Amino acid sequence: MIRFEDVSVTYADAAAPALSGVDLTVEEGELCLLVGPSGVGKSTLLNAVCGLVPHFTGGTLRGRVTVAGRDTRTHPPRDLADVVGTVGQDPLAHFVTSTVEDELAYGMESLGVPRDTMRRRVEETLDLLGLADLRDRPLATLSGGQRQRVAIGSVLTPHPRVLVLDEPTSALDPAAAEEVLAVLQRLVHDLGTTVLMAEHRLERVVQYADRVLLLPAPGEPPVLGDPAAVLARSPVRPPVVALAGLAGWEPPPLSVRDARRRAAGLRGRLDGLRPAPAASPDGGAALLDVRGLTVRRGRAEVLRDVGLVVRPGETVALMGRNGAGKTTLLRTLMGMHAPAAGSVTLADGLVPHRAEPAALLRHAGLVPQDPRDLLYEETVAAECAAADADAGAAPGACAALVARLLPEVRREAHPRDLSEGQRLALALAVVLTAAPPALLLDEPTRGLDYAAKERLAGVLRELADEGHCVLLATHDVELAADLASRVVVLADGEVVADGPTAEVVVGSPSFAPQVAKVLAPGPWLTVAQVAGALRGVGGGVRDDVRGGAS
Amino acid sequence: MSAVRAPLATRGNALHAGAWWLWALGLATAASRTTNPLLLALVVAVAGYVVAARRTDAPWARAFGFYLALGAFVVVLRVVFAIALGSPIGGTTLLVTLPEVPLPDWAAGVRIGGRVMAEGVVFAALDGLRLAALLICLGAANALADPARLLKSLPGALYEIGVAVVVAMTFAPQLVSDVLRMREARRLRGRRDRGARSFLQVARPVLEGALERSVALAAAMDARGYGRTAAVPPGVRRATSALTLGGLVGVCAGSYGLLAAEGALYGLPLLLAGVAAATGGLLLGGRRVARTRYRPDRWGARAWLVAGSGALVAGVMAYAAGADAAALNPPAVPLSVPHFPPLAALGVLAGLLPALVAPRPVRGAVGR
Repeated sequence: MIRFEDVSVTYADAAAPALSGVDLTVEEGELCLLVGPSGVGKSTLLNAVCGLVPHFTGGTLRGRVTVAGRDTRTHPPRDLADVVGTVGQDPLAHFVTSTVEDELAYGMESLGVPRDTMRRRVEETLDLLGLADLRDRPLATLSGGQRQRVAIGSVLTPHPRVLVLDEPTSALDPAAAEEVLAVLQRLVHDLGTTVLMAEHRLERVVQYADRVLLLPAPGEPPVLGDPAAVLARSPVRPPVVALAGLAGWEPPPLSVRDARRRAAGLRGRLDGLRPAPAASPDGGAALLDVRGLTVRRGRAEVLRDVGLVVRPGETVALMGRNGAGKTTLLRTLMGMHAPAAGSVTLADGLVPHRAEPAALLRHAGLVPQDPRDLLYEETVAAECAAADADAGAAPGACAALVARLLPEVRREAHPRDLSEGQRLALALAVVLTAAPPALLLDEPTRGLDYAAKERLAGVLRELADEGHCVLLATHDVELAADLASRVVVLADGEVVADGPTAEVVVGSPSFAPQVAKVLAPGPWLTVAQVAGALRGVGGGVRDDVRGGAS
Repeated sequence: MSAVRAPLATRGNALHAGAWWLWALGLATAASRTTNPLLLALVVAVAGYVVAARRTDAPWARAFGFYLALGAFVVVLRVVFAIALGSPIGGTTLLVTLPEVPLPDWAAGVRIGGRVMAEGVVFAALDGLRLAALLICLGAANALADPARLLKSLPGALYEIGVAVVVAMTFAPQLVSDVLRMREARRLRGRRDRGARSFLQVARPVLEGALERSVALAAAMDARGYGRTAAVPPGVRRATSALTLGGLVGVCAGSYGLLAAEGALYGLPLLLAGVAAATGGLLLGGRRVARTRYRPDRWGARAWLVAGSGALVAGVMAYAAGADAAALNPPAVPLSVPHFPPLAALGVLAGLLPALVAPRPVRGAVGR
C-alpha cells in the first residue's frame, strides 16, 4: 500500500540528509507504528507519504514513494488527498472550518464528493467516532480528546485507504488516549484501513501495532519487523519491554496482559521484597501552601475548596483528565488568577497575585505547557542574557544551566528552531536561573522521547535533593511513578485523592504504570525499583537500567 | 396556525444567509431615498427589532451594537464639520457666530469658523442620519447572517477566495488571544505584565507564532485537497475573465446610479445587465472547480418572505418618493417640521416580517 524505494530526503541548507536508505513496504490493512528518538526524521517520513515532503517543505527527495500505486513525485498532496488522510501533531492547526460537522465535510467538498454521499458519510463518521452529540459545537470549545477525534474524522470521511498520524495521543490524558486508540483499532479491523503512526508513548500503543518501523538514529536505515523483535533492540521501549529484559523473557511481551501471564515467576522472586523507600522530605516550612482555594473564570468555578501543602524536597504529581483544573491551579500559584475564596501563600508568606513579578520569580517558577510562551529573543544566547537580567543573577548563570541541559545546542540557534524537548529544556533553564524554591511544570513531557524524559527526570530529582519542591501537572503515569513521592488527583476542580504515589496510583486502572499492573498486588512502580530489589541493593539503581520510563 | 409559526432554528431549516442580506439591502435602499427623520428612525427601529428577535449568540451577532455606535458617530461627525466648516445650504436663522480663522487668498471658498446657520446644521444632521441608517441596515445583516454560511453560498468560482476569507476571520481573534496569553506569560519571567511596553515586547513572538500556524494550516489544507482543479480550455478561461470583469463594472455603475437618486433611469438596467454578465462569468468559472457543497442553505418559502419584505420596503419607498417628494425629503430651507408620510411608513413596517417568519434561534446553543 505504501512503498518506499531507496528514499532519502535532504532539506535545503542541511549538511546531512534527514532520512536516508529507506526501502520498505507497508501492506494494506496494517497498523504500522513508527518509533525512534526525537529528531531522527519520523515526521519527515510521515510527510513523505502524503506528499507534503517535498512538495510543501522543499528539499530534495531521492528514490520513489508510491501510495496505492500513485507516485508522490507526480502527485502533489492535493491529488493524494483521496487516498491518504494526514493528521499532524496539533489538531487545532489542522482545522479549516469552525464547527464539527463542517470540518468533517471539508475534505469531501474539496474532492467533489456528491452531496448525498457526503451527508451519509458525515452521519456515519459522527457515529463511528462518537461525535454525534458534538455535531454543532464550535471546534474551539472541544476538549483535547474530542479535537483529536474530530481531526481523525475529518480525514476519514473521504474514505482514504491510508491514514497517517503524528503523535495522536501525546497531548491526551490516559482515558482520552484510549478513546482515540479504540477508534484506530476499529478502523484497521473493520474497514481495513492502513495506518502509519508515530508515537513517543509506546506504552500506550505498542500492543495495537501489527509491525513496528524503527528509525534507530539519524541517517541510519530503518528496521521494519515484528513489534517484539524490533523493540528488543530499540533504544526506545516501553516499561514492559524493559521489564522483560530484566526478567529474561524472550521474546518480550508487548501488553500488560502478556507480561502478567509470564510474570508469576518474577512475582515469586520479588515476594517479601520491598522497593527501596523514597527519601522522605525532612519537613521544613511549606514552599507552597494552598487552603480552601476557589477560583472562578467568568461564572464557572474551575477550582473548588482545594487544599495542598508542598514542603522542601517533595516532588508532587498533579493528575486528572483534561480540563480538571490542573493548569488553573498552577497559574493561580503564579498569581495569574486571583482566588475567589481561600488563600495561596508561597515561601516567606508571599501572596502570589499581589506580588511584583520580579519578587515572585525568586519564590516560584512555572514552565508553561507551551514553552514558546516564555521565549522572546532571537537566539539562545540572547535568551540567556535576558534571563540573567530578569532574575538579577550573575551573568552567565543561565548559560551555564543551558550548557548542562542542552549540550548539543548552538548558542546562536533560534529558540523556535529547537525541537520540542530542547525548547522545554531551554525554558526550564530560563526559569531555574532565578533558583526558585518552588518549581512548577505544566505537562512537561509532551513530545519528549524516553532519553529526553530521562534527562528531565534527572534534573528534577537533583533539584528535589537540593531542597527545592517540584509540582508537575502531567498525564504521563510512568513519569509520575518514577519521580513523584506524592500524587494529587483533581477532578472537576476538586481534590479527589492525595497521598503517596504507590497508594494513589496502584489502585487506579488509568493512572497505574505498566510495572504496577504487571506486578500487582506488589508495591512496585518502576523498572528501576524492581532492578534494585533483584540485586539486593536499596539505592543507586537508576544508572543501570536504561530505557523504560525509569 | 402552528404550521405558520416560526420553528426553532436548526442547521436543516436555517434561513439562507442571502435572504438576510437582500432584506437588509432593501431597508438600506429605502433609507437612502429619504431624509425624513421620522422615517429614518422607523427604519432603524425595524432593523433593531428584527435583530433583537432573531440574532444568535455567535460572536458576529454582537456586531450590531458596534454599528449603532458607528451610526451615532457619523451623525456627530457630520454636524461638527457643518459647524466648523460652514454649509453650502445658506439660510437665514443665525444660531451663533464662531471666531473665524483668517485664511490666505489661495484658499478662497473655504472658511473655518464664522456664522453657524440652523438650516445648515439641520441639513447636516439629517444627511448624517441617512448615512447612519444605511450603515445600521448593513450591521443588521452582519448580525443576522453567519458570514461563513454566506461564503458557502458563493458560486463555485469564488469558493477558494471564500475559504481564504473565513481563515482570515478566525486569524484575528486568534492573534488577540495569543497577545493576551504571551503578555500574561511575561509574569513568569519576572517582567511586568501590565502597561504598553508589555504589548510591544510580545509583538514579534506573537507574529512569529501566527506565521508558523498559517504555514501549518496551509499544509493541512493542501493535504486535504484544497485547490484541486479540473482542466478547462483557454477560450473558456478568457471568456470567464471578460464576463466577470465587465459584469462587476456594470454592477458598480448600476448601484451608484440607483443610490445616487439622479441616475435611477439608467441605474436599474445597468445593474441588471452587470449582474447577468457577472453571473455568466461565475458559472463559467465554476467549471474549473471540481468541488461540491455540504448541506448548503436552502432557499425556501421563508427565505422568499424575508427577501420579499425587504424588496417591498424598497419598492414602496421608491413609489412614495415619486408621489410625495416633499414629505420624504423635507426641505432644510426654510426650516420646517417634517410630516409623517403614512404610506411610506406602512411600507417600512413591512420590514418587520422576518421577526415573525424567520426560524427562531435557540439561545445558549452556541458555545458553553
